[in-house]
Amino acid sequence: MGNLESYTIELRGIVKRFPGVVANNGINLKICRGEIHCLLGENGAGKTTLMRILYGLYQPDEGDILLNGQSIKINSPRTAISYHIGMVHQHFRLVPTLSVEENIVLGLDEGTGPFMNSRKTRKKISMIAEKYGLLVDPGAKIWQLAVGQQQRVEILKALYREVDILIMDEPTSVLTPQEVDQLFTTLRTLVDNGLTIIFITHKLDEVMQVSDKVSVLRKGKIISTLSTSETNKPDLARLMVGRDIVFRLQKSPVQRSEKLLEVNDLHALNDRGLPALRGVSFEIFGGEILGVAGVSGNGQYELAEVLTGLRKLTHGKIFFSKKEITNCSVREINDCNIAHIPAERIRMGIVPALSIRENLILKKYRRPPYCRREFLERQKIEQNAHCAIKDYQIAAPNCETAAKLLSGGNIQKVVLARELSENPSLIIAVHPTYGLDIGATEQVRQILLAQRERSAAILLISEDLDEIMTMSDRILVMCHGEVMGIIDAENADIEEIGLMMAGTRQEGEVK
Amino acid sequence: MGWESWIVTTLSRSLAYGTPLLLGTLGEIYAERSGVLNLGVEGMMIMGAFSAFVTAYSTGSPWLGILVAAAVGGVFSLIHAFTSVTLKANQVVSGLALTMFGLGLSGMFGRGWEGKPLPNPISKITISGLSDLPIIGPILFEDQNLIVYLTILIVPLMWYILYRTRIGITIRSVGESPATADSLGINVNRVRYMCVFIGGILAGVAGGYLSVAYRPAWTEGMTAGIGWIVIALTIFSFWNPALGMVGAYLFAALYHLAFRLQPWVSPELLKAMPYAFAIIVLIFVSRGTLQKRMGSPAALTLPYTRGEE
Amino acid sequence: MKKNLLFKIERRPIASGSLIFIVSLIAIVVALVVAGIFFRIYGVSPIRAYQLILRGSLGSRFGITETIRRAIPLLLCGVGLTIAFRALFWNIGAEGQLLMGAVGAAGIALFSGLPDPLLLPAMFIGGFLFGAAWGLIPAFLKVKMGLNDVITTLMMNYIALYIVEWLIHGPWKGPSMRGFAYTDTFPQAARLPSIYGTRIHWPTLILGILLAVLMYIMVTKTRSGFEIRVIGENPDAARFAGISQMKTTLMVMLISGGFAGLAGVGEVAGIHMRLLGPNHISMGYGYTAIIVAWLARRNPLAVIITSLLFGVIMTGGDVIKVSLGLPFQMINVFNGLILFFLIGSEILLRYKISFNSRR
Repeated sequence: MGNLESYTIELRGIVKRFPGVVANNGINLKICRGEIHCLLGENGAGKTTLMRILYGLYQPDEGDILLNGQSIKINSPRTAISYHIGMVHQHFRLVPTLSVEENIVLGLDEGTGPFMNSRKTRKKISMIAEKYGLLVDPGAKIWQLAVGQQQRVEILKALYREVDILIMDEPTSVLTPQEVDQLFTTLRTLVDNGLTIIFITHKLDEVMQVSDKVSVLRKGKIISTLSTSETNKPDLARLMVGRDIVFRLQKSPVQRSEKLLEVNDLHALNDRGLPALRGVSFEIFGGEILGVAGVSGNGQYELAEVLTGLRKLTHGKIFFSKKEITNCSVREINDCNIAHIPAERIRMGIVPALSIRENLILKKYRRPPYCRREFLERQKIEQNAHCAIKDYQIAAPNCETAAKLLSGGNIQKVVLARELSENPSLIIAVHPTYGLDIGATEQVRQILLAQRERSAAILLISEDLDEIMTMSDRILVMCHGEVMGIIDAENADIEEIGLMMAGTRQEGEVK
Repeated sequence: MGWESWIVTTLSRSLAYGTPLLLGTLGEIYAERSGVLNLGVEGMMIMGAFSAFVTAYSTGSPWLGILVAAAVGGVFSLIHAFTSVTLKANQVVSGLALTMFGLGLSGMFGRGWEGKPLPNPISKITISGLSDLPIIGPILFEDQNLIVYLTILIVPLMWYILYRTRIGITIRSVGESPATADSLGINVNRVRYMCVFIGGILAGVAGGYLSVAYRPAWTEGMTAGIGWIVIALTIFSFWNPALGMVGAYLFAALYHLAFRLQPWVSPELLKAMPYAFAIIVLIFVSRGTLQKRMGSPAALTLPYTRGEE
Repeated sequence: MKKNLLFKIERRPIASGSLIFIVSLIAIVVALVVAGIFFRIYGVSPIRAYQLILRGSLGSRFGITETIRRAIPLLLCGVGLTIAFRALFWNIGAEGQLLMGAVGAAGIALFSGLPDPLLLPAMFIGGFLFGAAWGLIPAFLKVKMGLNDVITTLMMNYIALYIVEWLIHGPWKGPSMRGFAYTDTFPQAARLPSIYGTRIHWPTLILGILLAVLMYIMVTKTRSGFEIRVIGENPDAARFAGISQMKTTLMVMLISGGFAGLAGVGEVAGIHMRLLGPNHISMGYGYTAIIVAWLARRNPLAVIITSLLFGVIMTGGDVIKVSLGLPFQMINVFNGLILFFLIGSEILLRYKISFNSRR
């Protein structure tokens, strides 16, 4: 009902549709001045879409936006900025080859004409940086900076444009626990200086730690807006998911069989020619899940790539069941029956324009019975597809459907069906539940646990620390391409893991 | 002929022949820096050559011809911009289509103009005081023309704009990371149109220069693949106008040097030299770069749509 | 953007075959209309011009046979290009590969000293190998050094052109006539037979159709075809699956270059019976074949039809050259416009307008 104080931001009846899905289904949201307001929800709940509408990247199909009581239209990011609304995206919007300074000034007309007044710019940047404790070298090129520093540049960009309202989209997904604390301190400073912050997240801990108010989204609607002080994690979780969720997965105690994978002193370079792996060693036994924790960019991707033949080692050895597979080609790794569930399922895991049937044989099309002499055996391939669709409950009209028409969860099921169909003994799973809704996530996890029951060895790489902690039997923490420590999941202490992720080596020997 | 005059002649001719290469390369650098590959350079050049010749012949003013050539090149490039940027079609094919069209159109309408001599070509200039300077005098200041000088002068200008001004930052960001530029309120499509247009104007002028200054005449297909060499030079220059200048003049020098081999190698094979050089130049460039940082603009040939990532 | 729009533009996930056909047809028609405008500017009535073209290329026995014989090299090059394009190799060099095939055939015909019955088969094999080699060079450069395929194949065209020029003016010089240079004419056994009274060298035609069918089968039903399709649709997934982009690229260019080489054999052994100026051997067949392949949506079977279409255009070009005095170059106007409208119209395939009925 009527409230004399007008809200800083009010969204009324926002509807946004995309082909096949209604991302925002009549959203009503009120944000007060000077508060840290969290938007909480699972992946796909509509949080990012909503904020992109506020930032002018998308246009709502229906609904209004009010700024301090006035109805406004935000046609583009430029307009949003003119209304002093800024956004720090989850995937940074920085141009890697330009410098910090150039990135900050990008897109601004400061009325100083076409030329760059470097001195004046730098002065303003340092002023802001000092005020909020966001120190960074203005002349450095973005690609030279660490991720945490890049985020600082993003925040500086917004502050340079004198925003009053700052939207942050999942800002902690790339930070270590300690950097997260630093970020929260910065946010408090910003709020003390009069800013309003809207914070998108799916992590309950962060909501409890930093926010004043929280709005929970589920399937495109706001379920509830609460004061953080009046709620708790289980309540929020229930609102987020619509039912009680179990915080720990039902998992049988680990039963290790023989050692299936042994890696010794792995060294490898990343795409830029810099060291990505610096002496990684560990073992995995059948029947266990070894989770690899670490902030993104510390060598996990490269680790998965060297194990699956997509990247060459510069030094070190890999043994699979006593057989050496160092620097084998992808095909040879395939033949050893090692499965790879890639991080980017659409970019790498499937061929979007080809049918489900064809995608399912992507790895085994060269072998009988799917291929005889040069020719593909259509019948056998179709049979294989029908079995996979049934076993994995892939929702699709038929096996001829192009893979790109499937939902994210079904695409992942196609990938899993393909990779796991030959009962692999070693599975390398990278972010297997990224971007999936809660239902699909559970299914995928159950599938992996079933493989664990089968005595397969699983290397689980994930940026989601919760996932690592619930799924793994042992946890390996990586930082800067090195193994910081390996601990049992039973006794895992998140503080300790956080420290390792940030670079503190574990006491004692690394198991 | 003594060595000295041999070098002088070669370098002097390289300036002349390198000018259209340089003009084309500068334009293509800007287009590609914004993320658009324009293979239509050959087509724009030949239309520039044709329109400049016709205008100069009919009006008696070669400079008007150059102006018209620039306009024609610009208009043509806008067609490519429309197809590539707005319609988001395949840029390789669009550029090829433009070239085919340009060659066809100029061939079609050029029929009646072949063999006519141009009464008022752009005059050669010799700056009497400066041309007496040792070595650089005869190279730079004897028998060149205004376009050659203007071309040399715009190189530092284009370099400065690209690397030291806001416009340049905007252009580079659009070519590296259009999503980022877009999220900061930059109109990606407008920047790309502008850069392609610049490319078109320069290509048109380059063509006009050929028919109205370098060898004043019109022949069907007279650009003979220079436009393609420009594409190679753009890569060679690492998308940097200063290196573009080095590349263009170097290439022109090699081209002239090759003809010195005439007594030993048959003329037809010599004519194949520029194209073989272009490949060699590219090989040379590829061996040098390990670091992708010096490489092509990341978004080159990729159309941009907001929200699609 | 207004609320309650009457219509909106959405991405279309997949375009149906019939839609593709209709859109392509519209594109061609629009291109012809625009070309008509240029006719008008030139001072010729477009209606009259098109009438002449159609009558010339399809209205007489001579016209039809000319159309078919023009279609032969387009067919061979086009089929090869569909394979190359499918593997994302932008082979703009079919023109040069064709010329080199012609060189190979001419060399064998004139200098190999092989016994008569072996000549023609050897010429085909030789032409294929020469064309394939010419195509493999840029392929190799791309695969080993990442060199841009468009530029390298293009440059090779010019190099091939001058090699032919050199040969006919130099080491292989035969009698010259009216200022044009030629080699000697091929011996009888090195000439392809034609259908009586026409210039259709039918062995090459049959070869072309056969290869079109073979390539279709390969792409849709074999292992290698599967690999090509995966690479063409998603190179990252191909790498993930262990498909070697290098091997596939080389194989694809072997085929594409080889087929263009075969087209060159057909031209010199079927039409001209000698090696002559490059502009007479190929009137831009290699470049036109790009459009042929594109229009065929990279389907080797459809190339049979699209090559005929462009055969009509090329024969039409001859007709208007003779009747209206327009230079042959003008067919490039057609080609450029058609290609433009083809790719421009693709946006209609990717997006659709859906109408909302709103109360």
